[in-house]
Amino acid sequence: MGGANRRLARSGLSILAVVVAFVLLWEGYKLVWTAMGWENPVSPDDRTMPHTWDIFLTLFRPAQRNGPPFILVELRAALMTLREAFVGFVIGGAVGFGLGVLFVRSTMAERAFMPYVVASQTVPIIAIAPMVVVWGGRIDLPQWLSVSLIAAYLTFFPVAINTLRGLRSPQPTAMELMRSYASTTNETLWKLQVPAAMPYIFTALKVSAAASVIGAIVGELPAGLRGGLGRDLLQFSQQFTAAPEKLFAAVLIAGLAGIAFVGLVTAIEHRWVQANRRLIG
Amino acid sequence: MNTSRWRRGLLWLPVFALVLAACGDTDGGDDGEGGGDGTAAPAECTEPDPVRLQLQWFAQSQFAGYYVARDNGFYEEQCLEVEILEGAVEIVPQQVLATGGAEFGIAWVPKALVSREGGADIINIAQVFERSGTLQVSWADSGIETPADWEGKKVGNWGFGNEYEVLAAIEKFDVEVGELVAQDFTMNALLTDEIDAAEAMIYNEYAQVLEAVNPDTGELYQPEDLSVIDYNDESVATAMLQDGLWVNADWIAEEGNEEIATRFLTATFQGWIHCLDAFDECVEVVLNNGSTLGQSHQEWQLNEILGLIFPASNGIGVMNEELWDQTVAIANEQVVELQGVEITDDVYRTDLAQAAVDALGDADVTGDGYERREIELQEGGS
Repeated sequence: MGGANRRLARSGLSILAVVVAFVLLWEGYKLVWTAMGWENPVSPDDRTMPHTWDIFLTLFRPAQRNGPPFILVELRAALMTLREAFVGFVIGGAVGFGLGVLFVRSTMAERAFMPYVVASQTVPIIAIAPMVVVWGGRIDLPQWLSVSLIAAYLTFFPVAINTLRGLRSPQPTAMELMRSYASTTNETLWKLQVPAAMPYIFTALKVSAAASVIGAIVGELPAGLRGGLGRDLLQFSQQFTAAPEKLFAAVLIAGLAGIAFVGLVTAIEHRWVQANRRLIG
Repeated sequence: MNTSRWRRGLLWLPVFALVLAACGDTDGGDDGEGGGDGTAAPAECTEPDPVRLQLQWFAQSQFAGYYVARDNGFYEEQCLEVEILEGAVEIVPQQVLATGGAEFGIAWVPKALVSREGGADIINIAQVFERSGTLQVSWADSGIETPADWEGKKVGNWGFGNEYEVLAAIEKFDVEVGELVAQDFTMNALLTDEIDAAEAMIYNEYAQVLEAVNPDTGELYQPEDLSVIDYNDESVATAMLQDGLWVNADWIAEEGNEEIATRFLTATFQGWIHCLDAFDECVEVVLNNGSTLGQSHQEWQLNEILGLIFPASNGIGVMNEELWDQTVAIANEQVVELQGVEITDDVYRTDLAQAAVDALGDADVTGDGYERREIELQEGGS
């Protein structure tokens, strides 16, 4: 237990060190560029680069006069966005896993569909999002679910590709052994291939977790969904002239939301690794 | 061009879905609302008619009248259940109307005319804003006082259908601007002197400048620091009509819907007129509908929005013909999609708005006495 605590303390320290370094860089840049009168690449004035402490203090000032503090309002927004992201992550993860299994079973299916799976990722999300929202609206889908579908669109791809890769990772000798036991395709899949694919899948899930948050934020924009981070980010970017620190503070919260989600997936991965040492060893 | 046509094509897909859905829907009656005179509130409201209103943007004072009509129960009194759909990026109310995603939509007249050319069969049933909210803002010390002073200057505009008043003024004053600059939706380009004249809405971006700290004084920028060209001003007169209420022509042609629309307009106008007196209450309603909106900014906005509506020369919502003609004339000249297109007067109708105004009886439907309040803006609009 002591080891775990020490590890936690050490990672806490290193995170703190990065934050301090970033603040020093930011403020140092402002100081030097102001002193030298430089304007490029970014002007150091307070409107373009508000002081880090102003951004930090904004978190604890009311978001609206006499209202709750900014951080509470935005954490609530982040929670809603995370919920959409999570549902999209689950849908996208399931679809991606299903595609991976389908492709490993049928080279025909892989050859037929893989080009479209790849092509789907070259279509920008900002083009897809409004369509999903309009279609979802027509069939009376709740708006947040449309947003989740947009998030799913960003998440299924890494999972599909890595699942396929992982399912193919067992040694041919291992596959032959399974065959010699006369195991069915399903048994081979669940007892050999899926466990072997888990490290690949977890890597994909971490990418997907971050992507799903982006998908949810972008999806909220055409959905006009209230209460999430996307709408607030847009609103603050419009008010950038008068209150730039609010946009930076909201971006900070959005970043934290993404980190929290990826952290959760990492924690689950750790649990899985602990529980399955025997398999991996 | 091709992409937008393609997308418009896609937008029709949901229509088929809707038609299919409607086929299975047998509940077509109007629940026994005597449409007698078609104006007054129904005597007995058994089941309110559900309708949707599509805004162009998020909740803000620009839409105060609608929120007040909803939250204060004015729509309910008219036996309506109104769902307010907030706008967002990529949401075009005219297209939402065309695809049946809402019964009522708010749109600027020139943008709506362009959508009509693109196949959206929509008509204006009430012109809520009689004046344009667009300004061109420069620094007071720049010497820019009329569009004639733009000679050789960098003039910003937003594009996306927000630029016609600027272009019309350039043509009218026959100036050779130095450069027409695409401006983002903030005022930063003006504050950093990248452009000499920035496009701004009097109820939004203009206020944002006045909410920003002037680094030279440490205080907020003051109106005296700025020189403002107002497109409504007689000396410029290139203003085009903005927020109006539009409906799908097919929808309004269905039996009973004119009467629903009249009730909707009655309650909406009641909401706006209510804000003339209950100013603070209206700001409160807006703030309750947007948890991150700044109070002083919304006070400023409502003050200016009311100034765009009132005084209403024919009563709120009833089209001012002269301004319609001016808008159409400029649109025909400046809007590529509308050049050589004949825009007939049946694009708008005034009978429903007039009926709503009449139904309001003694209410202050023209707001003749409206005078702007003094609003003290706070840093960041808070």
